[in-house]
Amino acid sequence: MPEAATAPLAPPRPPRKLYRSSDGRWLGGVARGLAGHLGLPVIWVRLVFAGLFMADGLGALLYAAFWFFVPLGVGGVDDRRPPSLVGTETSPDGRRRLVARKPDRGQIVALLLMVVVAMVFVGNVNLGDGAKAYLWPAVLVGAGVALVWRQADNARRARWAEVGRRRRTLTLLRSAAGVLLVTAGVSAIFVLQGSAAHLGSVLQAALAVLVGITLLAGPYLIRMTQDLSEERLMRIRAQERAEVAAHVHDSVLHTLTLIQRNAENAGEVRRLARAQERDLRAWLYKPEGNGKEEDEEPDTLAEAVRRHAAEVEDKHGVPIEVVVVGDCPLDERIGPQMQAAREAMVNAAKYGGDGGPVQVYAEVEGRTVFVSVRDRGPGFDLDAIPADRMGVRQSIIGRMERNGGTARLRAVPDGGTEVELEMERAEKTS
Amino acid sequence: MSDANGATGAAGPEPEGGGAAGRRVRVVLVDDHRMFRTGVQAEIGQTETTGVEVVGEAADVDQAVSVITATRPEVVLLDVHLPGGGGVEVLRRCAPLMADIEQPVRFLALSVSDAAEDVIGVIRGGARGYVTKTITGSDLIASVFRVQEGDAVFSPRLAGFVLDAFASTDAPPVDEDLDRLTQREREVLRLIARGYAYKEIAKQLYISVKTVESHVSAVLRKLQLSNRHELTRWATARRLV
Repeated sequence: MPEAATAPLAPPRPPRKLYRSSDGRWLGGVARGLAGHLGLPVIWVRLVFAGLFMADGLGALLYAAFWFFVPLGVGGVDDRRPPSLVGTETSPDGRRRLVARKPDRGQIVALLLMVVVAMVFVGNVNLGDGAKAYLWPAVLVGAGVALVWRQADNARRARWAEVGRRRRTLTLLRSAAGVLLVTAGVSAIFVLQGSAAHLGSVLQAALAVLVGITLLAGPYLIRMTQDLSEERLMRIRAQERAEVAAHVHDSVLHTLTLIQRNAENAGEVRRLARAQERDLRAWLYKPEGNGKEEDEEPDTLAEAVRRHAAEVEDKHGVPIEVVVVGDCPLDERIGPQMQAAREAMVNAAKYGGDGGPVQVYAEVEGRTVFVSVRDRGPGFDLDAIPADRMGVRQSIIGRMERNGGTARLRAVPDGGTEVELEMERAEKTS
Repeated sequence: MSDANGATGAAGPEPEGGGAAGRRVRVVLVDDHRMFRTGVQAEIGQTETTGVEVVGEAADVDQAVSVITATRPEVVLLDVHLPGGGGVEVLRRCAPLMADIEQPVRFLALSVSDAAEDVIGVIRGGARGYVTKTITGSDLIASVFRVQEGDAVFSPRLAGFVLDAFASTDAPPVDEDLDRLTQREREVLRLIARGYAYKEIAKQLYISVKTVESHVSAVLRKLQLSNRHELTRWATARRLV
């Protein structure tokens, strides 16, 4: 490759570093990267390259040199692109930037355009017969090299963007096509140097070289790829571990400090420890529950039950153990049931918390949602409660009945109270 | 988190539980945290009063297998997370000991883990029960004796997992007998999940404690033998929920 061509034109190295743009590029992202770096509209840079290309293909050499030596980066995207230019020149390109999933259509159009321009150039240029004969093979070689380089770029980008993994066969096909193009071009050059009679032997020789290279480099390449992917896996693991460590570090150490400060206050210590345990469990055993969703409203039964239990537990310092079987979305009937269940938990925590943890069980069976809240306190006799204490009657029994459900309170044989709430789910709206 | 008050419903003294009757049970502790082993040892290891004799300890899979083979305890308290492959690996390598008719070694899983995957994993591996580490000493002792007798020990949370696993699939069962819980078994499990002790369940359903035990054992057997792959799939899916 023409290293000499890059020497005089080496990109300036001020604080900003030149990267090829991986975003919104046509071929190698050189023009886009340069445009971002120089603060010019990308179309100007492209036109300059095209113009230089007409000058005996200097543009192509330059472009290739940039592509070869400038690393691929994320920056360099010209955000201030005038929309008119987008509309006229690169409508597929513009759409691609919005739909990030299909990055290739615009590039294909661009490539076709380039091929057309190249053909026009080849058709028009006047190099003399000798040189002109070599032009087509050179174009072939160039196309093959471009194809393979693009591939390499994609592979590199996939490492940080996690894209491009889905089409392995396409990757192989592209690489194979690139190799084929280069081989064809090089063979053609040899054939032109000799004569058509040598075509067979030249092709044979090329094939032999190719097979030889594959044999020699193949195992090494495969090993390298495997090592690479293994290393990537290790890195992901390490990242996960670091994340766990960070979380444990932050919240657990914080809680431990608080516990040390509140050492005399047994209730507060217990509350802190329980809250931390809950948080850690949610974080460890539910990958999505990383503790940040605390503020969101629950939208399923299981979430709602756990949320209410956690809040009551924090407020009253009594451990509440939750078992949920099945799950369903909250609706206008389950919502009130959850409120009633919360009220029952508060009661259990207040009056029955001394006998041990409060046990909450929720089950969805078909259309029926059943919730039981039980404590092991001294028991509870509804008839013995003064009539002015409306808590149970209104907020549990009344609430359930108003919404079409049932609530039962009963004494458990060996002490304690159990509240059973049953509700039919509202009719499906969907 | 679930069982401070009675993993198996061991709240309140069970007639056959405890060492008061002069029975002895030989136990091996497998846990990679020395502090925890010491704590358990201190809590249940007073052989005179509890009837539990800790005959060995192990901190990883290899150690566990050799200690269990050497001491032939009646019950192994097995942690789920262990270096060297975890509790499941210990169960796998001790399978011949479990199958021994003369003097079977029985496993009770004891873990802080809440993950359904872990729970179902060790139960499928042959453990006779699953309790969490918040269990009280007396409940743990009762559970150990229950396991020694060949009964199953279900914590409320485990009961919840099982109900969930056996209910949440629409796929037709491969084996009707194994892949479905009977109405009675469901009722028993539901009461365990609600925090009832065996005795309370017996009263509630007007059956004997023995019958409750046999229902629970039947559920455990189904859980271990059930050949539908939904179980594993369920467990994995739970983790992703």
